[in-house]
Amino acid sequence: MNEHPALPVRMKGVRGEGATKWRVKVRLCWTAKQIRRICGVNGPPDIMKIGVLLKQTPDTETKIKIKSDATGIDESDIKWVINPFDEYAVEEALRLKEASGGGEVVIVTAGVKRSVDSMRQALAMGADRGIRIDTEGVSVDNYTTALMLSKVVSQENFEVVFAGKQAVDDDGVHVAHGVSAELDWPCVWPIEHIELGADKKLVKVTRPVGGGVKEILEMQLPGIICCDKGENAPRYASLPGIMKAKSKPIAELKAADLLGGATPLVQFTHFALPPERKAGKILKGEPEQVCAELVKLLHEEAKVI
Amino acid sequence: MPGILILAEKEDGKLKKYSRELASKAVALAKSLNAPVYGVVIGNQASAAAEELGAFGVQEATAIEGPGVQSYTGDGYAKALLPLIQELKPQIILASASGMGKDILPRLAMKLKAGLATDCVELSIENGKLKAKRPIFSGKVFVDVTFLSDVQLATARPNSFAVTVVDAEKKAAVKTIQSASEGARVVVKEVKEAEKGMKDLTEADIVVAGGRALGSSENFKIIRDLADTLGATVGASRAAVDAGYISHDHQVGQTGKTVNPKLYIACGISGAIQHLTGMQSSKVIVAINKDPEAPIFSKADYGIVGDLFVLLPILTTKIKELLGK
Repeated sequence: MNEHPALPVRMKGVRGEGATKWRVKVRLCWTAKQIRRICGVNGPPDIMKIGVLLKQTPDTETKIKIKSDATGIDESDIKWVINPFDEYAVEEALRLKEASGGGEVVIVTAGVKRSVDSMRQALAMGADRGIRIDTEGVSVDNYTTALMLSKVVSQENFEVVFAGKQAVDDDGVHVAHGVSAELDWPCVWPIEHIELGADKKLVKVTRPVGGGVKEILEMQLPGIICCDKGENAPRYASLPGIMKAKSKPIAELKAADLLGGATPLVQFTHFALPPERKAGKILKGEPEQVCAELVKLLHEEAKVI
Repeated sequence: MPGILILAEKEDGKLKKYSRELASKAVALAKSLNAPVYGVVIGNQASAAAEELGAFGVQEATAIEGPGVQSYTGDGYAKALLPLIQELKPQIILASASGMGKDILPRLAMKLKAGLATDCVELSIENGKLKAKRPIFSGKVFVDVTFLSDVQLATARPNSFAVTVVDAEKKAAVKTIQSASEGARVVVKEVKEAEKGMKDLTEADIVVAGGRALGSSENFKIIRDLADTLGATVGASRAAVDAGYISHDHQVGQTGKTVNPKLYIACGISGAIQHLTGMQSSKVIVAINKDPEAPIFSKADYGIVGDLFVLLPILTTKIKELLGK
């Protein structure tokens, strides 16, 4: 019960009927590990080690500004969040841990110092610990990022790794696939639903192919699952979760130690805003009339129908 | 010998439109490099589609067929491609930024230690190397990508390049390779067709999209009716998807799909920044919305302020009349 230090204090004030209710509540908090211990289940704990590749990205609401010399974006007014697709990855990892009756969810990030905030947020959702590859002052691209992450995945011996289907900043769709290629692991992309096979050697996933087609795939583990938006909404961090996250460990590794001299293979050399679209014609009049006019314009002026 | 390899795709035994665009672009790039273009098509009856590449100036193509590539998996297809790449040793490998291209090229890039630029809207040759322009932040910014690697990989956004037919009658010389199925780590167990005949948003010529103003999934019928009339794909805003009116397959925007059609009709969509970035590269944008202040009107070529429930059925009828349906 050491994992719930607040418990005895709160129990003191509880009397009569309420106390029973409270105890039931407490029991729901027990971990699978504790239940196994209480029930006397012997043998090694059946723990799944799950990795999540997480990137911190600007909030999608952000209006992106460019530095005056066009060499990058102006980061001064950016609100940083977990890459939205990675949030689905965290959620799926937590669900898989719950479904498999225990395990460990480890958040792995390659990023500068501020990305710790997003890692803490994932820890507050329920992940167990974090590993940050410190990229401060190091020039990275998708290739070197994948290289560094693959080293960590390999060292940690994850049984399955989750990632978002892409990052919403560089829209690369590159890093998770890169990790899979480097490790020679299978990888499925993009995935909206996940079920773990009974023997935990296979995972069954649903992949939207586009055009309304869905495929059900089976992938051997270890492998990488790139998460798309599905029917599952990522959970919010609870207040106790946020408090707990503060004391969960985040290990720090240096990029240079993992890169072994490898350098980026592409460079973003010039940043520009897209040409501003100007507002066009507003058609006015009765519905019949404006619809007729629109059809005429699309056919004769724009020539698109 | 340096050359350009293009990964072309097929549908019902025919080359995809975006693969024709890609072949045309590759042939143009190869001219400035004075290098050959090779094509490859994977899957059942790939050879017929591979032959078609000749029309765009591709002389030689490979068809990879057989049990190993019977159904698509990124893992299996990438594995099947590697021996061919090792044999041809191309300097540049191009694919479309389709589901397949996005899934396969990053794996190849890592294996080949090659730089990759994804979803490019411009490709050129500079100092004997590929140079690319591509959107980031879902189109809020465009960057030039310079390659530092010897081998250069890129995926091209559908509808970004013109199709240039060199000789419509010309067929590429096709070599067929059989791919065995051993060691598949990913297996397709089942394919479900949720909605029949819907073209994927990313390659659609016309998109008719609905927003939260539709109010229910039943009401999306008026969007579908207009889309069917135009041969268009149905899109939706995030608000409509999150409200449960339509599945995420249809979502346009930063956490959905980026579209690049010639015509985008936004109905009852106010135009959040995430949505606008996902559709602003459309050639022509039409906005229909009750609120004259909706941000979508600032991006639209043609706007109608009014009730979409009144306007859309009339519009559908008028288009039917025009198209003689």
